[in-house]
Amino acid sequence: MTISRNARLALAALMGVGLSFIYIPLSVVVINSFNASRTFSWPPTHFTTEWWSKALTNTGVREAIKWSVLAGLSATLIALVLGTVLAFAVSRYQFFGREVISLLVVLPISLPGIVTGIALNNAFTKQLGMSTGLLTVIIGHATFCIVVVYNNAIARLRRMGTSLQEASMDLGANGITTFRLVTLPNLASALFAGGLLAFGLSFDEIVVTTFTAGPGIQTLPIWIFNNLFRPNQAPIVNVVAATLVVFSIIPIYLSQRLSQDSTSGGRF
Amino acid sequence: MIDSLATTMHKKPRLRLFALLTAPVLWLVVAYLGALATLLVTAFFTIDSFTGNVIQEFNLGNFQDMFTDAAYKNVVLRTLGIAIAVTLICSVLAIPMAFYMAKIAKPRSQKVLVALVLTPLWASYLVKIYAWRSMLEPGNGVIDWLLGPIGISSPGFGGPAIIIGLSYLWLPYMILPIYAGLERLPNNLLDASGDLGAHNWYTFRKVILPLIFPSLVAGSMFTFSLSLGDYITAQIIGGKLQMLGNVVYQNFSINLPFAATIATIPVTIMAIYLWLVRRTGALASM
Amino acid sequence: MHKKRLFSQIAAASAAVLILAGCGSSSDSASSGVPKVDMMKELGAGEGQVNIVAWAGYVENGSTDPNVDWVTGFEKETGCKVNVKNGATSDDMVALMKTGEYDVVSASGDASLRLIYGGDVAPVNTDLIPNYADIFDNLKMQQWNSVDGVAYGVPHGRGANLLAYRTDIVKPAPTSWGSVFDANSPYKGKITAYDSPIYLADAALYLMKTKPELGIKYPYALDQTQFDAAVELLKAQKPLIGEYWGDYLKHVASLKSGGTVLGTTWQVNINLAKGEGTKVEGIKPAEGSTGWSDTWMISSKAKNPNCAYLWINHIASPAANAGVAEWFGEAPSNAKSCDLTADKNHCATFHAADDAYWEDVYYWNTPTEECLDGRTDVKCIPYAEWVKAWSSLRNS
Repeated sequence: MTISRNARLALAALMGVGLSFIYIPLSVVVINSFNASRTFSWPPTHFTTEWWSKALTNTGVREAIKWSVLAGLSATLIALVLGTVLAFAVSRYQFFGREVISLLVVLPISLPGIVTGIALNNAFTKQLGMSTGLLTVIIGHATFCIVVVYNNAIARLRRMGTSLQEASMDLGANGITTFRLVTLPNLASALFAGGLLAFGLSFDEIVVTTFTAGPGIQTLPIWIFNNLFRPNQAPIVNVVAATLVVFSIIPIYLSQRLSQDSTSGGRF
Repeated sequence: MIDSLATTMHKKPRLRLFALLTAPVLWLVVAYLGALATLLVTAFFTIDSFTGNVIQEFNLGNFQDMFTDAAYKNVVLRTLGIAIAVTLICSVLAIPMAFYMAKIAKPRSQKVLVALVLTPLWASYLVKIYAWRSMLEPGNGVIDWLLGPIGISSPGFGGPAIIIGLSYLWLPYMILPIYAGLERLPNNLLDASGDLGAHNWYTFRKVILPLIFPSLVAGSMFTFSLSLGDYITAQIIGGKLQMLGNVVYQNFSINLPFAATIATIPVTIMAIYLWLVRRTGALASM
Repeated sequence: MHKKRLFSQIAAASAAVLILAGCGSSSDSASSGVPKVDMMKELGAGEGQVNIVAWAGYVENGSTDPNVDWVTGFEKETGCKVNVKNGATSDDMVALMKTGEYDVVSASGDASLRLIYGGDVAPVNTDLIPNYADIFDNLKMQQWNSVDGVAYGVPHGRGANLLAYRTDIVKPAPTSWGSVFDANSPYKGKITAYDSPIYLADAALYLMKTKPELGIKYPYALDQTQFDAAVELLKAQKPLIGEYWGDYLKHVASLKSGGTVLGTTWQVNINLAKGEGTKVEGIKPAEGSTGWSDTWMISSKAKNPNCAYLWINHIASPAANAGVAEWFGEAPSNAKSCDLTADKNHCATFHAADDAYWEDVYYWNTPTEECLDGRTDVKCIPYAEWVKAWSSLRNS
């Protein structure tokens, strides 16, 4: 199939249209963070950097970021452990329930968030008598983060095969040393990519968090939701959003560089 | 000590497997699936009409109410319709973009393009929807300002707004799997097709589309499931329109059993979807 | 073969899970009388924080408007950090209180009785609340905040639901609720209504005044015929509605942008919109309106009961009560706050002591099967049915 010049141009144009579709609303957010009108009348008549300086000193934002990072890191850690361990089990062994497990691991992310949210809330508060708080948020997030790590780990494990492992053991290393010195280094970049994606998912999650966070916990998305329409706080929300977009380029670039595979996990 | 542990593990593969599986299985099966099942069991209970406390007597009242009231049928159909529309729109937008990225762009630009497509995923979901509220504001929104001069006006808040907003949100989730799928597609297949006399559109229909079908399905799982349960978008740009998620959200507060009843619908739909999807091998390409 | 294996695995998993799910669910059973909940006997040391469920605008700590703050002083004085969750509707509040995670709630009459009978709130020991003595007498020990002579809360303030309209867009100025029910309204698509089942009472109120043949005496006591008429009215209204509002800030933003030009509102929304430069006014129409008389109540499962009592005493104090009443736009409950409001006419404007004004304001109440207007020959529609009908209406 030779792609004619016209087709190339057409596709390039479509790509351009697509990218504008994606970035125009985001630009509106960034522009509004400089909009002097508190209720973002459009088009902006005056610009100001007042919101940016206010955002830096706003305690609500800082608290929210703290909670989000805390929850995100903990959930990612749990997901890394559980996802990797599960990937090992599914890729290297045959056992009763193997197919169910691989279906099961996808479930938390394929069921609508609100179902997961109310199920977890009901379980925590009514069945277990716990009160919602940071722990319940972490449990909720870890549950749907497992699949992300699992997918990356299992793709890498399948590509790696067992030959390196076997060679290492033939040469005298025991299972644990082999894991430490042979398997883990090869797995590392896939785990990093998975962990990054998991953290991103957790950081931006609002639905499950709404149902699992207690009164004192305001993760960043919850803070944004509560302040979205407040005249004094809404401009700060825009600043936070603009910052998130700009800063997110870093982890994306990192994950691109580290995984030789395409960003979705496996290349064959 | 570590040595003897390692030796024991090596000699007993079943023990190894058990050690590996315990934690995740406990988490997923007992904790998550258990929570889900408990919720679904609640669907068979009712609440005391005055105090709102749950009465644990098994009965089908909720299901009866749900199936007989036309309003709920409407919500389900409306939500399904929105989910399907969003999936179609995302597919139509994603395929040319992914094709350009995978087959036409130079390798260096490829990386940049992928990064550009991924970046919005990190911009908060809420902010993106709020941005669309500014865009769609009837009269003084961005769309009216940009496109007003050429005669196109904003659809305002409501069904079309929800579809636009959701398509916008889930587009990257559709682009990525298709991109991955197209990357895996060897170029010589396309060349061969051309050599055999097929023109571009034919090659697309008969060669490319079938081969990226699993990726399309993988992407559609995201767009479909995410749209099915969404309630925040409807709240912010949906005007007075309600989706399934809204009904669950409202009833969660005051009538958990009924909320659970309504929740069985998206769960059932997604379970069937997952089942059908398994056969196309899409799960592997997620 | 493959399928069979998967089926058996799923069957095994499902069986295990269902068994687990079946055992170990606990919940309260329905009670016919008021559940026995202990009243606190004496005040101890503050616990360091208090979790409050409140109407928007009731618990202001300066973050909405730097000059509006009656929380920071309280926090400094008592060491009780205030965490507030805004409830959009009474249903929201009942649900939040049921979780047991909050200590205090500002409940309207359509929530308070449900909370009392559900065992979610405790009787209040008014001896522990010095400011209780200054509360207007005709707010204390009412049908919605006390049972059998036992007080379940401290009255907060009262207000009417108003008809908001954009003075620069809606001309001539409306005088009747009919303007939001008018099928030929020129403002179709820009009208709003409150997003809660209790709004059915507004429909009932309108019918009460315009269709006396239906025989409605009290908007919260509706028999089947009257109820159906109210539902029909709301169904007819739906095409006129642009957005149903629950989030007061989204509502204010809508008023400001002109997406909403007419509809039910609270005074606080009018004040906020005016502060943003919007030309908007609120009136109590000719038919009267629904309203609310709120009560601060303490959770039966309060984790911070001492701070809870301290908060209630604080918010009922003349200074704080005056602050809220002015910010929110309502009549205060503490008689002494009338001297402390910045606007000396506030109490007069809001009819704090004017009983005549409240004659045609029907405070939110909880409809029960036993007709609240005293009729014994018919059964009235209980609140659970209101919820169902509202849900049906909203989703159709």
